[in-house]
Amino acid sequence: MANFETPALREYPIIPLIHAGTMAHSKPFVAKAEYQQPLGFPGALVDNWESVAVKKLGELVEESRALRVFLDSCVKCGACTDKCHYYLGTSDPKNMPVARQDLLRSVYRRYYTLAGKFFPKLVGARDMTKDVLDEWYSYFHQCSQCRRCSVFCPYGIDTAEVSMAARDIMDTVGVGQKYSNEIIAKVHKIGNNLGLPEPALRNTLDGLEEDVKDETGVDVKFPLDEKGAEVLLITPSADFFAEPHIDGLIGYAKVFHQAGIRWTLSSHASEAANFSMFIGNHDNLHKVAIRIREAALDLGVKRIVVGECGHAWRVAYSFWNTLIGPFDFLDRNYPVPQHICEMTYDLIQRGALTLDRSANDGKIVTYHDSCNVARASRMGSMPGGQFVIPRAVIKASVNKFHDMEPGSIHESTFCCGGGGGLLTDDLMELRVKGAQPRMQALQHVVENHGVNYMAAICAICKTQFAKVLPYYQFPMDMIGSVHGLVSKAIQLGTKE
Amino acid sequence: MSALTIIYAVLFYAATVVLVGGVAYKVYVYASTPAPLKIPTTPAPTTRLGVVGRMLREVTVFESLFKSNKWIWLFGILFHFALLLVLLQHLRYFTQPVWGWVVLEQPFGIYAGFIMVAGLFGLWARRFLVDRVRYISNLSDHLMLALLVAIAVSGLTMKFVAHTNIIALKQFFLGLLAFQLQPLPADPILLIHLALVATLMIIFPMSKLLHAPGVFFSPTRNQVDNPREHRHVAGWSASINNPGGR
Repeated sequence: MANFETPALREYPIIPLIHAGTMAHSKPFVAKAEYQQPLGFPGALVDNWESVAVKKLGELVEESRALRVFLDSCVKCGACTDKCHYYLGTSDPKNMPVARQDLLRSVYRRYYTLAGKFFPKLVGARDMTKDVLDEWYSYFHQCSQCRRCSVFCPYGIDTAEVSMAARDIMDTVGVGQKYSNEIIAKVHKIGNNLGLPEPALRNTLDGLEEDVKDETGVDVKFPLDEKGAEVLLITPSADFFAEPHIDGLIGYAKVFHQAGIRWTLSSHASEAANFSMFIGNHDNLHKVAIRIREAALDLGVKRIVVGECGHAWRVAYSFWNTLIGPFDFLDRNYPVPQHICEMTYDLIQRGALTLDRSANDGKIVTYHDSCNVARASRMGSMPGGQFVIPRAVIKASVNKFHDMEPGSIHESTFCCGGGGGLLTDDLMELRVKGAQPRMQALQHVVENHGVNYMAAICAICKTQFAKVLPYYQFPMDMIGSVHGLVSKAIQLGTKE
Repeated sequence: MSALTIIYAVLFYAATVVLVGGVAYKVYVYASTPAPLKIPTTPAPTTRLGVVGRMLREVTVFESLFKSNKWIWLFGILFHFALLLVLLQHLRYFTQPVWGWVVLEQPFGIYAGFIMVAGLFGLWARRFLVDRVRYISNLSDHLMLALLVAIAVSGLTMKFVAHTNIIALKQFFLGLLAFQLQPLPADPILLIHLALVATLMIIFPMSKLLHAPGVFFSPTRNQVDNPREHRHVAGWSASINNPGGR
C-alpha cells in the first residue's frame, strides 16, 4: 500500500524509545500563490522573511496570554513526552509535545528573552534560519492540535496554541500548507470546504429525499434556504457526500422530521468546519464563521444546531459567541449553538423519538471521543456532558455497547491521527502511524467484546478512520456516525 | 565593615530587587496580555468558584501531573513541599522574636532538607535515565538542578556537619532588613550557600522558574467553561463588531 510500515498493535501499550529523525521527511504540499492570496497571505517566501517571522512571533505573543505563559513556563519535566499519539506511533522525539513546542520556544528565547539573547547555547535558543523554518514546516504539520498534552501538563501548556502560532507565522512569511489553505479559500468563495455550489447542493439533498422515501416510504425533507424555519443546521460539508458521514445527515433529518421541528440548511453557510483554526489565523477564523451569522439572520431562524464535526464544535461552542455573537436574535431557551447530539438527547428524554434498539442488533458498538469535543468544548450543562450525551444517544439506539480502555477515552482520548488540517493524502504515513494508539485500544475491545462498529461525531475522524482502518486489518466500514445509528433505530411514522 | 559584608549586602539587596521587581513585572505582563478566546482544557469548571478549586488542586496536589506520571509527581511533590518547609523554617533568621508557628515548624523544616535533596536527585535521575527526558533537557535544566542541590547540600552541611555562626548571620539579615549593616561571618560554606541563593533569586524572573507565577495565568486552567452563557471578548476579539443583531 505504501512505502512505510504500519506500526504493530500490541497487547499492552508501550512507550517507544526515541528514534531521532524518523519523521523528518514528512511534509505536506506547500500552498501555491492562488491558495495563499485569498487568505491574505503572500504567495511565496517573502524577502527578509527571517525578520518578518520574528516580528510576527512577537506580535502573536503580545496578543495571546496563552502563548506568553506557555513559552515561559515549561520546566521540561517530561510529563507530556509520552502523551502524543504521533510520538507513540512514530517514536520521533520531535513529536513529543515539549520538543515540538521547543522548535518555536527556542526562537522566542533567542529574540525575546535575556537568557536567550546572551546565553543562547545554555538555554537552547536558536536563530531563525531556513533550517529552523523547514523543521517548523515539517513538525508543526505533525500536530493535530488535539490538546491531549494539555490535559497532562502541570501548567496546562497546550501545544495546539503553539502549533497554531507557528502556522500563522509560516503563512505570514508566505509558506502555507496547501490542504488547509485551498479549503479555506473555497469557503471564502463558495461557502463550503468542498466547493459545492448551491445547485449541486440542492441536487444532492433532493437525491437524499428520494433515497429516504424509497427506503422508508416516508417524506423526510432536506430543506435548503427555507426562510422562517425554526432551526438552521450547520454541518460539515462531508455530511453531504462522504461515507459514512451521509448516514449521519439522514439521521439528523429523520430526528427533525419525527420531532416536527422545521429546519433548514443554508447554501450561504453550508459548512460547519472552520480550518482557519488549524492555521491559527483569527481574521480568517472570523471571516469563515461570520457566514453563519449572516445566514441565520437572513433566514430568520430561532436556533442554530451544529452537526457531527469535532473542531467545528470547538469553534461553534467556544468561539462563535465571541466571533459572531451576540446571539440576541435567537431563542435563548435553547443553548446557542446547540449540538445535534444535545438536541437528539433532549428529544429522547422528552419521549419525542421512537427508537428501536434491535434495528442495530448486528452491531457491537464502541465510541471514539473526538479530541475537540472531548477537550475543547462541552455538551449539556455539566462538565463532562460531552462524554455522557453522545453515549446516551448511542445507548438509546443500540443494545450492545462497550467503551474502550479508560486511558483512551473521555479527556484522555487519542486523536484519530488526521485532525488539525492533516487529513490529506500527502501526509498518509503520518496519519497511519498517528492512528496506532487508537487502533490499539480498538483492537482490545474487538478481541475482548467482539466490537465491530466504532461510532464517532467528527467528519475528520470518520474520513480518517475509513482510510486507515484497513492498514490495521479492520474493515473500513467499521466506522460510522452516531446519527447513523439513530437513523437505523428511529421508527418513522410512530410519532408524527 | 569588611568588604565581604558590603559585597554580600549589596548582592542581597540587588537580588531582592531583581526577584521582586522581575516577578512583579512578569505578573503585570501576564495579567495585561489579553486572552482573546475561550480555551479552557475541558472538562472544566462552569463557575468562577470551580476554577478556584481547580487551580488550588493544581498548585497543591499537582492534579494534572498526577494524572500524567507518578514518578515525576512523586519527586516533584517531595521537592516542592520540602522546599516550602525549608523556606518557612528559614523565617527564623529574619524575624525577632521568632514567630511561634515557625518554632513549631522548625524540626520539620530541618529534616525536609534531606527530602528536598532526594526529590531533586529523583528529578535529575530522570534527566539521565529516561531517554525522552534526556532528549528534551538543555544544559540550563541540569544547571538549575545543580544549583538547587548545591543550595540544599550547603545548607544541610551547616546544620549537620560544620555549624556556622548562626547568631551572627541572623544579625546580618536583621540588619539588612533595618538598612543597618552588621558583619557577616566569613564562613566559606555559608558564603557559598548565600551566593547560590542570591543567584537563584536573580535568575528566577528570567528562567523557567516562572512556572510558579505562570500557572495562575494559564488560560487552559484558569478560564471558566461558559462561552455560550457569557460572551467573552478581549484583545483583538473585543474589536469585533458584528452588524445585524436585534
